[in-house]
Amino acid sequence: MTTTEKTEGAAGSAPQDAKKSAPLLDVRDLHVEFKTRDGVAKAVNGVSYSVDAGETLAVLGESGSGKSVTAQAIMGILDSPPGRVAGGEILFHGQDILKLPESERRKLRGPKMAMIFQDALSALNPVFSVGNQLGEMFRVHQGMSKKDAKAKAIELMDRVRIPAAKQRVNDYPHQFSGGMRQRIMIAMAMALEPDLIIADEPTTALDVTVQAQVMDLLAELQREYNMGLILITHDLGVVADVADKIAVMYAGRIVETAPVHELYKRPAHPYTRGLLDSIPRLDHKGQELYAIKGLPPNLLRIPTGCAFNPRCPKAQDVCRADIPALLPVTEQDGTELDGRGSACHFWKETIHG
Amino acid sequence: MAELSKQAGKAEAAGQREPILQVRNLVKHFPLTQGLLLKKQVGAVKAVDGISFDLYQGETLGIVGESGCGKSTVAKLLMTLETATSGEVLYKGQDITKLSGRALKAVRRNIQMVFQDPYTSLNPRMTVGDIIGEPFEIHPEVAPKGDRRKRVQELLDVVGLNPEYVNRYPHQFSGGQRQRIGIARGLALNPEIIICDEPVSALDVSVQAQVINLMERLQDEFNLSYVFIAHDLSIVRHISDRVGVMYLGKMAEIGTDAEIYEHPTHPYTQALLSAVPVPDPEAREGRERIILTGDVPSPANPPSGCRFRTRCWKAEDKCAEEVPLLAVPTLYQGKDTPAAHASACHFAEEKPSVVSAA
Repeated sequence: MTTTEKTEGAAGSAPQDAKKSAPLLDVRDLHVEFKTRDGVAKAVNGVSYSVDAGETLAVLGESGSGKSVTAQAIMGILDSPPGRVAGGEILFHGQDILKLPESERRKLRGPKMAMIFQDALSALNPVFSVGNQLGEMFRVHQGMSKKDAKAKAIELMDRVRIPAAKQRVNDYPHQFSGGMRQRIMIAMAMALEPDLIIADEPTTALDVTVQAQVMDLLAELQREYNMGLILITHDLGVVADVADKIAVMYAGRIVETAPVHELYKRPAHPYTRGLLDSIPRLDHKGQELYAIKGLPPNLLRIPTGCAFNPRCPKAQDVCRADIPALLPVTEQDGTELDGRGSACHFWKETIHG
Repeated sequence: MAELSKQAGKAEAAGQREPILQVRNLVKHFPLTQGLLLKKQVGAVKAVDGISFDLYQGETLGIVGESGCGKSTVAKLLMTLETATSGEVLYKGQDITKLSGRALKAVRRNIQMVFQDPYTSLNPRMTVGDIIGEPFEIHPEVAPKGDRRKRVQELLDVVGLNPEYVNRYPHQFSGGQRQRIGIARGLALNPEIIICDEPVSALDVSVQAQVINLMERLQDEFNLSYVFIAHDLSIVRHISDRVGVMYLGKMAEIGTDAEIYEHPTHPYTQALLSAVPVPDPEAREGRERIILTGDVPSPANPPSGCRFRTRCWKAEDKCAEEVPLLAVPTLYQGKDTPAAHASACHFAEEKPSVVSAA
């Protein structure tokens, strides 16, 4: 118990002044790589983003873009080996958590930051009742007795609106429907009222009508506890519905950041534009859909220069040679657009042209 | 307006044409048994419970619904991979559920399928050439033996893959490419109907559009009829001429794409459309979202009367007693409005505020 208090004190006292201005989570130039038989796969190549309390950041990207790996690095649940954080900082409440020993990071997971996984059926342990698994949070982190922990578990299940929580607390995960299991995952993440929640494709496995229920619940709980939320998804629709700001990832880099309205109105990166254009639209029925040509790159052989250049309609020689930096995006007259950035040599032409 | 009259014209043309596939009261119950030796039937999962629709030459019929509504079972029944409990599937007037042996084999040549998961539907031990050529082993009359390799390479070319890839294995391809292989296999026997069960759900967003474009091009080229089963409403709208909405083994509503998406009259369709996240943040302020409570009931024990009544905000006593028929609602009968299409609800009515750009 004493060690817990000590770390909390250390985390709180050191950057006391910075705490007010610094964001809740600040990822700076994060690099993650995986050793494979065929070489080193560079999954994350210099990702920077930040989340404030009460804010929702959506990380958008296709499979293999590094969106989930970034989240695992933040949580400290990266499979290592083969994975390892090759560089960068993750500042949580102003403190670089990558420098903490594993025992300290373990104390962050649960009370301070928590994660909701995509597939609730494989994330929950099939041989323990959901009440047991929910109560574990209280038993391990707060030293509660079994009886109190179970009472807390029922309370949590009520809060995520699982009907007849008292009767169902001893049921096993397979006895719940997909939507209900996802609610249990949410309850588990919320249990110790963390400051940050990372939701990795929380509704991808669910049906649309249930998806709407679950997203609503998540948004409501976020407002109630003023949590920071990182929502990882590939669904442009889900993002538009709940996010405040968006980071679009491609081949381990952030290629564009923007507030949600801005991104959909005026994308500043050809990849984002391509994604938006490939959504079927009413007025394009019967015509060919716009399709980004080619395939996402192999992470063992990321193209030189801009990783998107082999698929990009605007690619020039400079795109094949130089990696574009994530630069602030401005209006034509030079006024800066708040929170916008694009990693494209030709962002001006993309947004204004 | 122009679009509407065009739609009506299309529907009329469809009316004159002979349907290539007619499904009448199709039922599939999977028995639930108890006991190990003496299996006693204690009930049935009513996966598909009386479904009827027509498919015309060269058209795409989209079928949407949530998981467990029976849409994949319908696909298997159309392929006669499952035997129907009752009902008819008429292919050019012939009931294929009653066929067997040689007659069934002949019909099957004309109805092919593209599966959802390109990772598990291709045999990892077979080369692409063997996978695409396998249908020729079963139906040797389509391509003589010496000609097969050339046919396979032609098919690869048609779906946009390099013909030199015939000797590669499935794991050497990406998801989108594998789905192209699955489509090439479906095309091998020059079928008239292709049943697509969630053909793009497992693919990345940027690759989905490529596959959809390919499917549309092939439809024009070979005059194919598609039954396109999916849960992504915007993709179904893009590709379909007509759309059927399924709920718990029943068809809730069926009509042209504009009728279903712009003038839905069944409460379930309205809820489904309103729940779809729209990729336009401007839209999230303006529209009304109907958030249904609870989950889909078990098909082993469906609610009496209308199956949607347990989650419906319009439900009254009548809904529990009487099963609503799939017909044009009395409110709109004889009227020239796009709301006048078949809907299985006692209180079918348009609800303008939920119509979205999905």
